[in-house]
Amino acid sequence: MSDFLSQGGYAFFVWGAYGMVALVLVAEVLQLRLQQRTIWARLGRLARLSQSSRSE
Amino acid sequence: MTLNWFKFASPATFYPLAGRLIPPFWILTGVLLVIGLYWGFFQTPDQLGGSNAQKEYYRIIFVHVPAAWMSMWLYVVLVFWAALGLVFNTRLSFMMANAVAPTGAVFTFLALWTGAFWGRPSWGTYWDWDPRLTSELVLFFLYIGYIALHAAIDDTRRADRASALLAIVGLVMVPVIYWSINCPDPTQCAALHQRSGLGKIESNILFSMLTMTLAFWMYSFATSLMRLRAIILRREAEASWVQELLNRERSR
Repeated sequence: MSDFLSQGGYAFFVWGAYGMVALVLVAEVLQLRLQQRTIWARLGRLARLSQSSRSE
Repeated sequence: MTLNWFKFASPATFYPLAGRLIPPFWILTGVLLVIGLYWGFFQTPDQLGGSNAQKEYYRIIFVHVPAAWMSMWLYVVLVFWAALGLVFNTRLSFMMANAVAPTGAVFTFLALWTGAFWGRPSWGTYWDWDPRLTSELVLFFLYIGYIALHAAIDDTRRADRASALLAIVGLVMVPVIYWSINCPDPTQCAALHQRSGLGKIESNILFSMLTMTLAFWMYSFATSLMRLRAIILRREAEASWVQELLNRERSR
C-alpha cells in the first residue's frame, strides 16, 4: 500500500496530476447539478408568481 | 426507413431524450474509469522506455494523453455544431456548441496541468514555451474566448452567430497542435518531444490509455447533455412545454 502511495518517490507529481483531474471533474458535475436545481427553483417561483397574479 | 432527423432538432423533443441518455453515460464513465485506473496502476511496468527510462511519474500519461485528446476532439465537435447552426439555423445546434465548450475548456486545462506535473520530473521544468505547449494554451484561450464572447452579447441569436464564427476561425489551431505533437519531420521539431507512435507503446499501457480516453469521452457526453438540458430550460423558460413539465413535476 505504501509502495502504491509513494509511486517510487514521485508521489507529489503523480498525485498532484491525478488529484487536480479528480477535483476539477467532480467540481464540474456538482456545478451542473446545482445549476439544474437553481433553474427549476426559479421556474417554479415564476409559475407561482404568474398564478397568484392571475387569481387576484 | 426514413427518420426525420430534424424532429430531434427541436429542444422540446431533445430535452427528455437527453435526460434518458445521461444515466447510461454515467454508468459507462464509472466502469471505464475503474478498469482504466486499475490497469494503469497495477498492470503496467514501473518504467517506460529502455535507456534513460521514465520512472513511475510516466503514469500521468493515463490522464494526460486522454485529456489532451479530448481537448482537441471536443473543439472539433464544438465547431461542427456551430457550423451546423450557421448553415441550418437550428437553435439546438447552437445550444449543443454552447454545452460542449466548458467541458472542452476543462479538459484543456487538465491537459496543461497534468503536462506540467509530468514535465517537471521528466524534463526538469513545469513549463516551456515549446510549440506543443504554447498551442495547447492558445486552444485554452480559444475556449475561454468562445464562452466569454457568447456571454458578452445579450441577444442570444447574435451571440450564437458571433461565437460560432470565432469557433470556426479557431479551428486552425487543432492541426497545429496535432502536428506539433506528431511532428512529420523530427529534425525540424523541438527536441523535447519525441514522436508518440502508438505502435511502440507497451500493450498494457496502451490499453489503460485507451480505456481512460473512452471514460473521458463518456464523461464528456454526460456533462454536455446535463449542461444542454440546463441551457434548453433557460432559453425556453417561456415555452408551453416547459410549463407543462413544471406542472407535472409539481403535481407529483
